[in-house]
Amino acid sequence: MAGKRYLVGIFGDEDIVLGAAESVRKKDVKIQEVYCPYPVHGLDHALGYDRPRMGVPAFFFGLTGTSLAFLLTFWTMGWDWPMNVGGKNFIPFPTNIPIVFELTVLLAAFGMSFTFFLTEGLGPTAKPVIFDERSTDDKFAMAIDLSKNKISDEEITQILKEAGAEEVNVKEV
Amino acid sequence: MAHKHDIPSLDESFEFSPALRKKLILTALLGVVLVALGALLIHKGWWPLGHGDHHEAAHVEAHADAAHHEGDHHADDHGGGHHGATLASRLVANLWMNSIYFIGIALTGMFFIAYNYVAKAGWQASMKRVAEAFPAFVVVPAVIMLILFIVPSTRHMIFHWTHDGITDPASPNYDAIIAGKTWFLNVPFFMIRMVVYFVVWYFMWMQVRKFSILEDQYGGLDYYYKSRNYSKVFLLFFAVTSSTAAWDLTMSIDTHWFSTMFGWYHLSSWHVAGLSAMMLTIILLKENGYLKAVNMSTIQDLGKLIFGFSIFWTYTWFSQYLLIFYANLPEETIYFEERTSGYGGRYLAPFLINLVLNFVFPFLILMARNSKRNFTLLKLACASILIGHWFDFYQMIMPGVAKDQGGIGLIELGTTLTFASIFIIFVANQLTKANLYAKNHPFLEESTHHDI
Repeated sequence: MAGKRYLVGIFGDEDIVLGAAESVRKKDVKIQEVYCPYPVHGLDHALGYDRPRMGVPAFFFGLTGTSLAFLLTFWTMGWDWPMNVGGKNFIPFPTNIPIVFELTVLLAAFGMSFTFFLTEGLGPTAKPVIFDERSTDDKFAMAIDLSKNKISDEEITQILKEAGAEEVNVKEV
Repeated sequence: MAHKHDIPSLDESFEFSPALRKKLILTALLGVVLVALGALLIHKGWWPLGHGDHHEAAHVEAHADAAHHEGDHHADDHGGGHHGATLASRLVANLWMNSIYFIGIALTGMFFIAYNYVAKAGWQASMKRVAEAFPAFVVVPAVIMLILFIVPSTRHMIFHWTHDGITDPASPNYDAIIAGKTWFLNVPFFMIRMVVYFVVWYFMWMQVRKFSILEDQYGGLDYYYKSRNYSKVFLLFFAVTSSTAAWDLTMSIDTHWFSTMFGWYHLSSWHVAGLSAMMLTIILLKENGYLKAVNMSTIQDLGKLIFGFSIFWTYTWFSQYLLIFYANLPEETIYFEERTSGYGGRYLAPFLINLVLNFVFPFLILMARNSKRNFTLLKLACASILIGHWFDFYQMIMPGVAKDQGGIGLIELGTTLTFASIFIIFVANQLTKANLYAKNHPFLEESTHHDI
């Protein structure tokens, strides 16, 4: 991370930053991320993000939970120590459903939490990068990674200013 | 992102074309003809009723008799009473179940408006008029059910507990279990309850509807606050009466049996069927060039509600089933015995179709985000849920009323066609009475920009 240079455009309004995200991208400037005090509707669309494929890992975590739960109930109740409850079959399907449901939800939830930590680089040793502290208060900060852009700093600063940035700062992290 | 959308005009009025009205009336008449034809065919013995008389279902009948004590054996002198179901019972059962099914769909409109007012929800404001149009139909099933209950012979066909002498220890009809329930299940009190439900439900809707139309004219926030207050009262009232109505109108048919899950189960069935009917109405209106300001985010949110409540229905259904399955008490399992193997197994198919159409199919279709934004898939899922919940009410009511005379044929098709056409006529009529958007609703602006 050390020595990376960023340009940080500060915007004062939700609508302006939305329009800016589109116009800046149109001029072939790659935006790293926009930091907002609150979720802004349509920003992910304006930044051209793909829809997250969260459903795929969630499905497989859930499927793991379902299979484990069936294995657990079948093994314990029907195989290892067959138990007769109320004169029913040894593996009465309906009674397994609550356990299957719970384990499916549990594994999906745990799996997705860890997936989130992994993909976002969060953990006990992670150091947060704050481009501008005001982005937790009332400003919108647009971070642009200079190493990933071929256009010169001055030009990008100009583009950001034209798009409505109140100020443009250089930040090294 | 206020400036990003082009908001279509908010002045739209629905036109109920005479051709469509004529078609609907003809369909309603066709339904009546089908019922008559179906009844004639069965009466003449030309339509197979399927097996399932007392020989084949002997073991179930034994169960049934054990649970039903003396009551059933002595009911023969009531002329086609409880023990022996007749063709008439099947006709009455059809009227009753369709009344309950459609009154639920109609009421969901009011329920939907009320909880959205109380939650101060903005997303639905653009589709509010569709929900508002539904409860107009409450009158029709209400009147049909009141008539069916007032006439003694039809009342006896539906409700075993209304038979003479069933609470009199000296009478051969005496049934100790039913006698213990007479403080709640007696004809005058039942009658009062029915009238109170129908009148209050309908009156509350008329008020909210009136405010909504006045709001179009005069604007301001007064009508919004008034509607909210009425919605709060309605929700309180409906919280109790949705359950008690479920016990009265549906659960008391199987008088000996009861389930504490039943109110929830019944309400969730009504609710998800109503939401699906709403979704279908919106999609059909959109496809005919109306409701342009209802955007795809609103549609997706309604789709989520349908998805969620179809799972909620399954949850209540399963909770009821699992407890009875696990406890294995004869007086409780008889309910599912009748539906899976009773009367020659004639109710097994509806019982299983119910689960597939209401859970498996919509669950798989509506899970993905894109399918909640795709009209074809949405129509498929909503149709599945609507048909599925028809089967749900079918298997709740038929085994107790039509018994070994039950089936699915021309009578069922005809009655449902008639009810559905009249329902559509009522809803379409209501839609013509006001602008298709609640023009001055404080959340309409938010709703047209709704973005998820």
